[in-house]
Amino acid sequence: MKPPRFDYHAPRSIDDAVALLARYGGDAKVLAGGQSLMPMLNFRLARPAALVDVNRIPELAYVREDDGTVAIGAMTRQRTIEFSPLVARRLPLLLEATRWVGHLPIRSRGTIGGSIAHADPSAEYPAVLTALDGEVVAQGPRGRRTLKPGELFETYLTTRLAPDELLVEVRLPASPAGAGHAFEEFARRHGDFAIVGIAAMIVRDGARCSAARLASAGAGPVPVRLRAAEEILERDGLGDAAVAAAAARAAELVEPDADVHASAEYRRHLTGVLTARALKRAIERAR
Amino acid sequence: MSETVLVRLTVNGTPLEGRCPPRKLLVDFLRDDLALTGTHVGCEHGICGACTILLNGEAARSCLMLAVQADGVEITTIEGLMKDGVLHPLQEAFRQHHGLQCGFCTPGMLLTALDLLRVKPDPSEAEVREGLSAVLCRCTGYHGIVKAVRAAAPVLRGAQ
Repeated sequence: MKPPRFDYHAPRSIDDAVALLARYGGDAKVLAGGQSLMPMLNFRLARPAALVDVNRIPELAYVREDDGTVAIGAMTRQRTIEFSPLVARRLPLLLEATRWVGHLPIRSRGTIGGSIAHADPSAEYPAVLTALDGEVVAQGPRGRRTLKPGELFETYLTTRLAPDELLVEVRLPASPAGAGHAFEEFARRHGDFAIVGIAAMIVRDGARCSAARLASAGAGPVPVRLRAAEEILERDGLGDAAVAAAAARAAELVEPDADVHASAEYRRHLTGVLTARALKRAIERAR
Repeated sequence: MSETVLVRLTVNGTPLEGRCPPRKLLVDFLRDDLALTGTHVGCEHGICGACTILLNGEAARSCLMLAVQADGVEITTIEGLMKDGVLHPLQEAFRQHHGLQCGFCTPGMLLTALDLLRVKPDPSEAEVREGLSAVLCRCTGYHGIVKAVRAAAPVLRGAQ
């Protein structure tokens, strides 16, 4: 099908975009990379009064490091992230997750801000944001605020961004020394939506684990930070028994729903299996 | 009817322009307004890859963009591959290795493969298969397509 009729705006600045969002009072949609919104328009699942296309705002596309934090502009394409030397060096977990996002032609257009604001729980970037406990910056008519992943993600396809707020930046802590990472995912076909995905990072300190970070995608209405599983590793180290215990705990921490792709029990099972796989690879890389 | 917008872009090296409503998809603009019907419309939600074009040199779905968003860009479509009556080396490889049957997916397959070979000039079979998973073919079983892309890789490397 074809998109329904809408008012089209392509502002050249963040301030103009926010003013437009405020003017339509919730009846406008932000058009970022369009790789989720355009299908919804074509199917007429979305019928906004207006589209605010933020593709012509150059100040929204950048990757830079500042004092141990990597700041990524919301309109940075997934493809740019995939080939960014800074991301490869400082955020290897984000790079690995990026290769699971759709296909290269999708990543040519898709953006990090769009993926996070769309809040599909099976998407990779919300899980990375959650695992690394990063934050997003939102700009509204009254200025900017930052939101942690737990504050941002409300439920399926729903964030706590106000209708007149634009997600402008994603901030992720750079990978510390001694860190290992892995992103594991199971889908029917490469590039399809994840049935379950796991983002993992561990920091090794000799035989001990000084920090573990785990989050799930696809196992419930929002990405889940698997903190109680992380604590097992931080307490008991990185041996096989601790990894198995953390994986078993991870499976208990998620509240997956059933759908046409997988039952809730299968998603819970996958959460444990993929957590163990991700941890083993992350530990290997941290050697 | 509703307002229209002016879209000026370069397609296969030629500056072109047209007017259309803002809701018109880029693929429909190429086909209906610019009469470039080589780009195919398949699923219209970004899954099948038949409408894949090169947008400023990068493969992208023309069903997931509005024509108005293409104002000022450079596009390569399937019509831009053949030069002076001679098939592009990738097209020639598809012919030699039976990389098509009905041809519906072929424009998207070729432009996706071109982008893949630019990013990975010497891909393994697994990398070709992963790259081509962006486009659905329902005839060939993919074997001929994979063979064609692998056969074209050294030719394109030599041509660079």
